[in-house]
Amino acid sequence: MDSMQLVTPAIGLMFWTVLIFVLLVLVLKKFAWKPILNAVDERNNSITEALSSAKKAKAEMEQLSADNEKILNQARIERDSIIKEARAIKESTISEAKSKASLEAEKIILSAKEQISNEKMKAMIELKNEIADISIQMAEKIIKLELKDVKSQKKLIEQTLKNQMN
Amino acid sequence: MSSFSLGKIFLFATIFLASISNAFCNQENDSLSSLEKKAYDPVPDIMHHISDSHEWHFWGEGESAVTLSLPIILWTDNGLVGPFLSSKFHHNDNGQIVVIVDGHSLVKIHDKIYELNQGQKTAVFDESHHIKNGILPLDFSITKNVACMLIAFFLLLLFFIISGIKAKNNKTAPSGLLSFLEPLVLFVRDDIVKPNIGKNYKKYLPYLLTLFFFILMNNLLGLIPGSANVTGNIAITLVLSFITLIVTNFSGNKSYWGHIFNPPGVPLALMPIMIPIEIVGIFTKPFALMIRLFANITAGHIIVLSLVSLIFMAQSGLGDIAAWSLSPVAVVFVLFMDLIEVLVAFLQAYIFTLLTSLFIGLATVEEH
Repeated sequence: MDSMQLVTPAIGLMFWTVLIFVLLVLVLKKFAWKPILNAVDERNNSITEALSSAKKAKAEMEQLSADNEKILNQARIERDSIIKEARAIKESTISEAKSKASLEAEKIILSAKEQISNEKMKAMIELKNEIADISIQMAEKIIKLELKDVKSQKKLIEQTLKNQMN
Repeated sequence: MSSFSLGKIFLFATIFLASISNAFCNQENDSLSSLEKKAYDPVPDIMHHISDSHEWHFWGEGESAVTLSLPIILWTDNGLVGPFLSSKFHHNDNGQIVVIVDGHSLVKIHDKIYELNQGQKTAVFDESHHIKNGILPLDFSITKNVACMLIAFFLLLLFFIISGIKAKNNKTAPSGLLSFLEPLVLFVRDDIVKPNIGKNYKKYLPYLLTLFFFILMNNLLGLIPGSANVTGNIAITLVLSFITLIVTNFSGNKSYWGHIFNPPGVPLALMPIMIPIEIVGIFTKPFALMIRLFANITAGHIIVLSLVSLIFMAQSGLGDIAAWSLSPVAVVFVLFMDLIEVLVAFLQAYIFTLLTSLFIGLATVEEH
């Protein structure tokens, strides 16, 4: 009989169980499960957000460093090309200058030669004139001396002409 | 440290239970003093311990018993009677003391309150000790089980409302009580409810979380010596499984009812057999839940009490020396059983919640 009592549900106990349990569900739903689960979800969201933003930042960093590398490479290439250009310019300038200089030098030499020859000619002419003058003066003197008579005058003229002819 | 104190608690529990049983044993011996000494029968004591009661008995017998009187509320033909304290019966449990409340003559027999018929002054019994001149009014008393359930109710409110407030105010990592309870809540959500119900799980989560912690708290409170056997009471498991039945069937979709009233792939000739089987199946699932929780918790309590009773059986049958030498063995066994009962407390709360989730999941699954 006692054991039958064990499996016979009591009405009052059932009533109180329903009351307590339903009340518990309602109160805990509002004051416990909602805030606890919300807090957990919020934390989950913030963690995933933080992780994804970290990932993004990492990708950005990678992008940035790649960009840097690219810029650096470009700068290097540019520098090389500038140096090359400069070198070429330098070489061309030097060669140009060289050729110009040699041309100028040739010109100078040429004009110098010309001048020299001109001067030489001038000097020759001057010398000739001088010689002629001197000769005339000498001749004058000689003539003055020699041409005291007609005979000697004639002789001199002939001689001079002969010389001149030669 | 914690395991040590747990062990201490269980040791204390064992001694406590032993002292209670000792009291009963003495009473038994006193009442049998005129007869020759018989072997101690532990069954009445065990039954008393696992049954509900109108007073919360701690120790002692008769007038010297230390008990907590609980309010008695009755629903008679003339309306509500009470509440009045159970101490009015002066621990009498065989109908000797007649209490008159609001004109109703009441007696208590085997923890049942009978109302004597009009004009009757004393209870009259037949040969098999059944009352002849009384009827049973509906008993809405705050019994030991209700009181223990209320303690669990307030403890759960205390723990979880504090946690809720903490969770609301503190948006960083959980701390204190919340950091202990949150993993349990998440375990129920992520490992019990979510995988079994699927995407509609949110609607059922408050109910299932409350179910888990209600059963767990009552299981654990039941392990405290002197407390009530709440989840080992058929009325409570009946209510819990009845709520499962209602929730499951009210959330049942077209596919669920289709499987019951028009089982797919079943020949028409078999329908008269299959449909009743399916209908019975609606009730067997929660029925199994009811029996499982009740039987597990009650069985655990019976085993612990039986092991303690071994000492007194030895004493009555073999003498004091045998009882003393047996007691360390019994204590170790009881300690072992109590630890298993802690596991069972969690396990049964888990299984009840898991199966309820599973039934809801089966009732709401989309047709594929």
